[in-house]
Amino acid sequence: MSGGVDSAVAAALLAERGDEVTGVTLKLWCYGTSPVSPRACCTLDAIDEARAVARRMGFLHFVVDAEEVFRARVLQPFLDAYAAGRTPYPCALCNQHLKFGDLVSRMETIGADALATGHYARVERGPDGAMGLHRAHDRTKDQSYALALVPRAALERAVFPLGDLDKGQVRGHAARLGLEVWDKPESQDLCFVPDGDYAGFMIERLGERRGTAPGPIEDATGRRLGTHSGIIHYTVGQRRGLGIAAPEPLYVLALEPARDAVVVGPRHALESPGLVTEPMNWLLPEPPAAGTRVMAKIRYHHEPAPAHVEPLESGGVEIRFATPQSAVTPGQSCVLYDGDRVLGGAAIARSIAAGVDRPRPPAAPSPRWP
Amino acid sequence: MIYLDHNASTPVRPEVADAMRSSLEDLHGNASSLHREGQRARAAVERAREQVAALVHARPSEVVFVSGGTEGDHLGVVGGAWARRQEGRRIAVSAIEHHAVHGAAEVLAELGFAIEHLPVGGDGVLDLAALDRLAPDTVLVASMLANNETGALQPVAEVARWAHRRVARVFCDAVQAVGKMPVDAAALDVDYLALSGHKIGGPKGAGALIVRRDAPLSPLFRGSGHESGRRGGTENVPGIVGLGRAAELAARDVEAEGARLGDLRARLERAIRAAVPEATIHAERAARLPNTVNASFPGARSDTLLMALDARGVAVSAGAACASGAVEPSPVLAAMGVPRDLAVCAIRFSLGRTNTAAEVEAVGALLAEAVRAARGATPVTA
Repeated sequence: MSGGVDSAVAAALLAERGDEVTGVTLKLWCYGTSPVSPRACCTLDAIDEARAVARRMGFLHFVVDAEEVFRARVLQPFLDAYAAGRTPYPCALCNQHLKFGDLVSRMETIGADALATGHYARVERGPDGAMGLHRAHDRTKDQSYALALVPRAALERAVFPLGDLDKGQVRGHAARLGLEVWDKPESQDLCFVPDGDYAGFMIERLGERRGTAPGPIEDATGRRLGTHSGIIHYTVGQRRGLGIAAPEPLYVLALEPARDAVVVGPRHALESPGLVTEPMNWLLPEPPAAGTRVMAKIRYHHEPAPAHVEPLESGGVEIRFATPQSAVTPGQSCVLYDGDRVLGGAAIARSIAAGVDRPRPPAAPSPRWP
Repeated sequence: MIYLDHNASTPVRPEVADAMRSSLEDLHGNASSLHREGQRARAAVERAREQVAALVHARPSEVVFVSGGTEGDHLGVVGGAWARRQEGRRIAVSAIEHHAVHGAAEVLAELGFAIEHLPVGGDGVLDLAALDRLAPDTVLVASMLANNETGALQPVAEVARWAHRRVARVFCDAVQAVGKMPVDAAALDVDYLALSGHKIGGPKGAGALIVRRDAPLSPLFRGSGHESGRRGGTENVPGIVGLGRAAELAARDVEAEGARLGDLRARLERAIRAAVPEATIHAERAARLPNTVNASFPGARSDTLLMALDARGVAVSAGAACASGAVEPSPVLAAMGVPRDLAVCAIRFSLGRTNTAAEVEAVGALLAEAVRAARGATPVTA
């Protein structure tokens, strides 16, 4: 229970129908010094709000200290990824290691049968007998993309009470049940960086030094166009903040941490025919066969695109899009769908350059994904 | 539920509830009012004052009613030291004091006082040798009588002997000791002694600070002459009546109940060792309260173990919670030199009047199961 309206309603609906609910809020962060924002889900107020929901609905609530796991499994990889010129997706890791890792391992302590969260997603038993992860009824809120790294075994005991509801209905339930969070604003950013200033957070709050050295801004031919203040400030596909006057808008094409270089180019140069992933987390009993047609989603707001899958020795896959996709960003999740069902997901290792048929070895050392 | 958290709060005794109920129903007057309704309320308050005084061998006039342990700690520490600010602006507090005493010291620090912390040994007992290193302008030394987490008894009489050879006064937080062992404020020779109602079968929101006749006190709440000018505010008559009745019962029962609890604790420690042989009992070598066992179960984190025991019907304490409500490693165990990986696995069991031998025997099996479950949940970080 994050203190937001979604997890509050998920828990409250289960309690209302008579399930024996225990609310748990993961303490991910030291709250003594946390910046306070009404949108943040990681503040003391949010914990109090979660507790108030539990009191109102008459179930127990505990705060569990998960700071160490969060630091080791989410925050450190987040930093390492930025330092390696990637754009990490910490929500995927948090779901994998905290909500469907740490919390699952705690279920036996209280004899819990199921783990419910306020995610917009559905679980459904497939014809193969295994529990599958599916997109939510409310497509605009669907969070299956953020859940693609959860261990397959955890799905067997996962419950998503909001999977068939839309946001308006959820707020309606909250109001009906008298939960004070019913009109709480949506959180837009990472919960631990409520103001959205990731670089500022890493540099000022965590003392990160990697990726902060100034370096060249170059075009794809290596021509120097300007100077940047550290690759930590950039992400693939970014247009703003380059500070370069050019006849056509320039976008970040790639980050090269070994040389502290930011490579930029015109919009069409962002397009890529495919990508290679880190080892996949399959939410299927068997990985799909080579050449299987899937829909691939490469960032949270990306409309899934048709593609073919080629499994690799590494456990990852090579994805070939039917039509080139823009801004394939290393570090973001690539999640594969068959209709509504999530087949699996992994972090994007690299994009495949246009006109290059065989994958090259990665130019930069990969961050360590636990 | 097997309730083993009596150091946090212990059930109100039925006789206390009766006394409070009739006080709520019958005593309408303000104890400061001059008419007969006021005088009836005053009589009830003064009777309670005698009852509290008798429990700790003080004079009734030395009893100041307050709202509980935290206020008693603040009034004694801040009020005692501030009254002597002309003589020195330094106090010493033992490292294992209750948060409320550390909080009171913080107030003094903001008022310009220097705060010294007195170390404890590995057995959780104050290191008296540290007293000799204190500067001569130390005007107050605070040492609790029994530690709330480990139960370890502290050498308060020795502290007082040292202090009174100098200019220092002694504040003693006796909140956990009172009712569990005989407490004699006169024999301890302390200047200020705090106790709390809800730790002895009385109500929450009522406590007392014993202020020795010759001890100076600068009141925190002023503007009215309540409690002989030592604590402003209309008397909490039902709370005070309940506290008095609880004190009377505690004085009567303390010896027999202490012996009974000591026997239960021995059983509990045997059960813990049988269930989890690798458990460590903290402050084991120290003289302790008869009701308190603080033990670490390696590999089972306190917060997880607390949830696991709760789910199995056993209520314990995992130490203090931080502002978020998450369990924090105990500063008391840290001061004793307990390694952090053991300190984060500590659980406090505290017995009380409602516990039976059968309950204590039942804890063993539940504990073994809860520890096993909690160990399975302990996250393995890279």
